[in-house]
Amino acid sequence: MQCLRTLRYFSVWSQVPMGPADPILGVAAQFKADPSTQKVNLSIGAYRDNEGKPVVLESVKRAEQIIKEKKLDNEYLPVEGLQSFIDASIKLGYGDAYYAQNGKSIAGCQVLSGTGAVRLGFEFAKKFLPQGTKVYMPNPTWPNHHNIARMAGLEILEYRYFDPKTRGVDFSGLVEDLSKAQNGSVILFHACAHNPTGCDLTTAQWTKLLDLSKQKNFLPFFDMAYQGFTSGDVNKDAEAVRLFTNQGVPIVLGQSFAKNMGLYGQRTGCLSFVCANQSEKDKVVSQLKLLARPLWSSPPLHGARVADIILNTPELNQLWLSEVKMMADRIQYMRVSLANTLKNLGSPHDWSHISKQIGMFAFTGVGPDHVKELIAKYHIYLLSSGRISIAGLNEGNVKYVAEAFHDVTKNTKL
Amino acid sequence: MQKLQLLQNQFNPTSDDIFSHIVQAPPDPIFGIANAYKADTSNTKIDLGVGAYRTDEEKPYVFEIIKKLEKEIVNDPTLNKEYLPIEGLADFNKGCQKLMFGQNSPLIASGQIVTAQCLGGTGALRVGFEFVKRHIPGDVYVSKPTWSNHNQVIERAGLNQFEYPYYEPKTKGFNCAGTIECLSQARMGSIVLLHVCAHNPTGVDPTEAEWLQIADVCKRRRLVPFFDCAYQGFASGCIEKDVFAVRKFAELGFQMIVAQSFSKNMGLYNERVGAVHIVTSNKDISARVLSNLKIVIRTICSNPPAIGARIAAKILTDEKYFNAWVEELKTVTGRIIKMRTLLKQELDNLKVPGNWDHITKQTGFFTFTGLTPEQCDLLTKQYHVYLLRSGRMSMAGITSKNVRYLAESIKAVVQNK
Repeated sequence: MQCLRTLRYFSVWSQVPMGPADPILGVAAQFKADPSTQKVNLSIGAYRDNEGKPVVLESVKRAEQIIKEKKLDNEYLPVEGLQSFIDASIKLGYGDAYYAQNGKSIAGCQVLSGTGAVRLGFEFAKKFLPQGTKVYMPNPTWPNHHNIARMAGLEILEYRYFDPKTRGVDFSGLVEDLSKAQNGSVILFHACAHNPTGCDLTTAQWTKLLDLSKQKNFLPFFDMAYQGFTSGDVNKDAEAVRLFTNQGVPIVLGQSFAKNMGLYGQRTGCLSFVCANQSEKDKVVSQLKLLARPLWSSPPLHGARVADIILNTPELNQLWLSEVKMMADRIQYMRVSLANTLKNLGSPHDWSHISKQIGMFAFTGVGPDHVKELIAKYHIYLLSSGRISIAGLNEGNVKYVAEAFHDVTKNTKL
Repeated sequence: MQKLQLLQNQFNPTSDDIFSHIVQAPPDPIFGIANAYKADTSNTKIDLGVGAYRTDEEKPYVFEIIKKLEKEIVNDPTLNKEYLPIEGLADFNKGCQKLMFGQNSPLIASGQIVTAQCLGGTGALRVGFEFVKRHIPGDVYVSKPTWSNHNQVIERAGLNQFEYPYYEPKTKGFNCAGTIECLSQARMGSIVLLHVCAHNPTGVDPTEAEWLQIADVCKRRRLVPFFDCAYQGFASGCIEKDVFAVRKFAELGFQMIVAQSFSKNMGLYNERVGAVHIVTSNKDISARVLSNLKIVIRTICSNPPAIGARIAAKILTDEKYFNAWVEELKTVTGRIIKMRTLLKQELDNLKVPGNWDHITKQTGFFTFTGLTPEQCDLLTKQYHVYLLRSGRMSMAGITSKNVRYLAESIKAVVQNK
């Protein structure tokens, strides 16, 4: 019994330090806790409609009705997930023509949304690429890319991406950095709607990177979380991916359906590898399964079923494409609206980058001090990097936000 | 020369070479069997492989209460598809704590239990072990035998593992003395992976007295218990009794980790519904532990899937749904217990050589039949009975219609010269 008593005072976990709050989800939590009625959430990358409400797409609702009527069971998915979803996802990403010709050599696995795609992809890279292979990421990138690469045991290096002076891409810096990169490196690319900057590359720039990749035998890892959501056109948004694959460069592709199908909490995603042939593809799939089993055994079904039904039912697919375009259009409209409102308020700064950037996010150019003031004084929540989620803007709050931004920046530099 | 070759591969890979060295991975020992069963065209085939419940008509079973709640949730206009917090649905987490530790556990009130929603049992184990690796790295002791995925999870988390001799083939029971002796030699601060009930794959559980002996050695060696609970409700048929070990260890003041799965007991297999609990000594430490659990989760899935947890949360927090669930669970587990009885009867009637008491003594989904790998291969190839080569049979796949054929097949392979 003596032994039992002493145990109460000994703490197993006493050495555990407080971990840093997640830079993105932490801010969302702050927003939630704020009682102000004027508060605006521009922190998290989740779409909101013009009333500031989350949206469940009509195509998703209809797909769920179909699922309900089918009265399906809840059996485990295989480790690799729902095959028809994987196939449809790959088709969407790579394009019908490429899929028709090469589908059999694309190794695919259903994963836990974009995060899961990056985690499984990085674990695979760590295990099967030559020891010492480096991963290059754009500076800046989604912070979780770094966290995941670290967990997977990969060495990360950065390539220049964002130019704070032009608030656009520092392409010559990018090319210089990648030209110096080790041959055979993994290069992380955002396929479209770069997060957090909203600055994407042009076709000419992608072509230059394609040539460089061929020269240096890079393994491009495209993280595509915004297909359709960027320009409103799923094919246009996948142009970079298809530029590489059509030229025969093997890539890795991570796809998320969190934003473009609004399936956020369902954690629906797909990871795929372009392989040399079907036999290699089978081996790669088998190895992906070996890594997925001890991560999650098998992925969650619901979201994949929804996506599968949407992508494979022509009327629903059409409906979905129109809904995605609508979301992208609203975001584009709010970009222009914010930029124009700031201009009309007589801001001394050039805010045109906000309408030039693309996708969910804008790198506004405001700094951590501005952000502190925006949060404390105006209850406007954004990241200390100055990143805002345009989806959080609507006709009801854009003037308030513009005025706030104007107020905190009118006497400072940007 | 090889070193030079390796160096060359390091710095000059050609794009053709990237994956050409990859070999086919072995099929998963459990899912692989399910695939083989699916492909089998025989009409006498029996699936005793994967631990998934089947009705007496050999059909998967969706709990009535789950069907009802799924409908409610899909039709609820107030619910959307937004991200859950990293640690998951709060109601779900609270409900899990109550089910595992008891409605009135003082640990809940004192904030000593840190809970995060995870991707089924596997997800909870992986998050738990990744946390261990980062904060209390030590050797992990797993039962011999154990669920095959345990070894993979622990390995991927980067921890060393050792076995304690859990199963005694001679008695087909729990090797208490051997387990205690092994754990007595373990380095202080090691982690011990313990199955809460319905041990997988053996179906053999320690008695209450034996659990106290395990608790004692854990205290003496300052071992950290890591409980895996995938079958609450399936062992004795009573949900409280089944988690005796966890509640006893909690009462004894242990700080520990618990992985909880609702795949089987709520039939929520494919929605990946589970939770990890870490019991600490005070709520300040709890806050620090939670912050680090979130970091681990953020790099696996960012936040967990919503729908399964919403369904489970309703059951766990609403008394009438909870009672409905408990009743259905009793029916389900009752059927498995009945099949054990039937199989033993058939084996006795057929006078199959050997002692088959363990069929009814063991608990939960599985029975460690004692059949050799060769006998299992024969059972599968000749009689289309699918089970694991370890001799593990999922009793949930037995029905009143196939039990006689099963007994006859067992007799045939046991007597096979």
